[in-house]
Amino acid sequence: MTLEDIRKRLGAVVLSRNGDMTIAIEKAYCADLMSDVLAFSMTNSLLVTGLTNAQVIRTAEIADIKAIVFVQSKRPDIETIAMADEKRIPLMVTSCSMFDACGMLYEQGLRCEPDRSHSNE
Amino acid sequence: MNDRCTEGCFFLTGKDFTNAGAASSNLKEILESLGIRPDIVRRTAIASFEAEMNVIIYAVAGMMQYSITPEMIRLVIQDMGPGIKDIDLAMKEGYSTAPDYIREMGFGSGMGLPNIKKNADTLNVSSVYGEGTTLEFIIYLTKPSQEGP
Repeated sequence: MTLEDIRKRLGAVVLSRNGDMTIAIEKAYCADLMSDVLAFSMTNSLLVTGLTNAQVIRTAEIADIKAIVFVQSKRPDIETIAMADEKRIPLMVTSCSMFDACGMLYEQGLRCEPDRSHSNE
Repeated sequence: MNDRCTEGCFFLTGKDFTNAGAASSNLKEILESLGIRPDIVRRTAIASFEAEMNVIIYAVAGMMQYSITPEMIRLVIQDMGPGIKDIDLAMKEGYSTAPDYIREMGFGSGMGLPNIKKNADTLNVSSVYGEGTTLEFIIYLTKPSQEGP
């Protein structure tokens, strides 16, 4: 499904100025702990989170996260949105809870599948 | 990628959360520009970012040195910080001495060193309690791809 499909399903608002909403998303991961995102997320995933600081954008960039949805109407500040624009990571915000947002996306076929190609184990 | 060795160094300032991650972000761009395989770039960037965050969170200052050859990526991260009292304990998932405000930023959950170990091919940690810590890790470029099913 595309980012635009996800936006519609979650009733989300796009925060980015130049985010590509046509990109395809097949995997998702949710966490407020960025260490968990670094440890367990998959490349090219959507990140669902309630954390809105600049570390989320840095983490997304490092972990090859394609886009971020903030839940519970939590919005990052302007500097954080600008950083995401610079890194070309589209941001959205939804009023859904983390639980509901993940449930809706799971219903739509998104999964959080372990990717063993990016560790030495 | 050519046969040359690419080397460089980033200076890290403790508690500078505005720029936290910038060194790893720059390193990731360098690795990409050298044409290194994306899964290796990601592993290196994750290990580097975790190490960088440890310096920002715990130390006064630190330095991240990298050298990239056709065979391997080697990173050495040295800091002037509190040091690690018990390295074996620090390597356990979930063990953390981070204060609450660090946890509120999404870090300090005790996954840093274990995650570096998971992503690197070799990791050496040496520390003098009260003086500082040095991490050295290597990621080989010549190992076969480990793409899963």
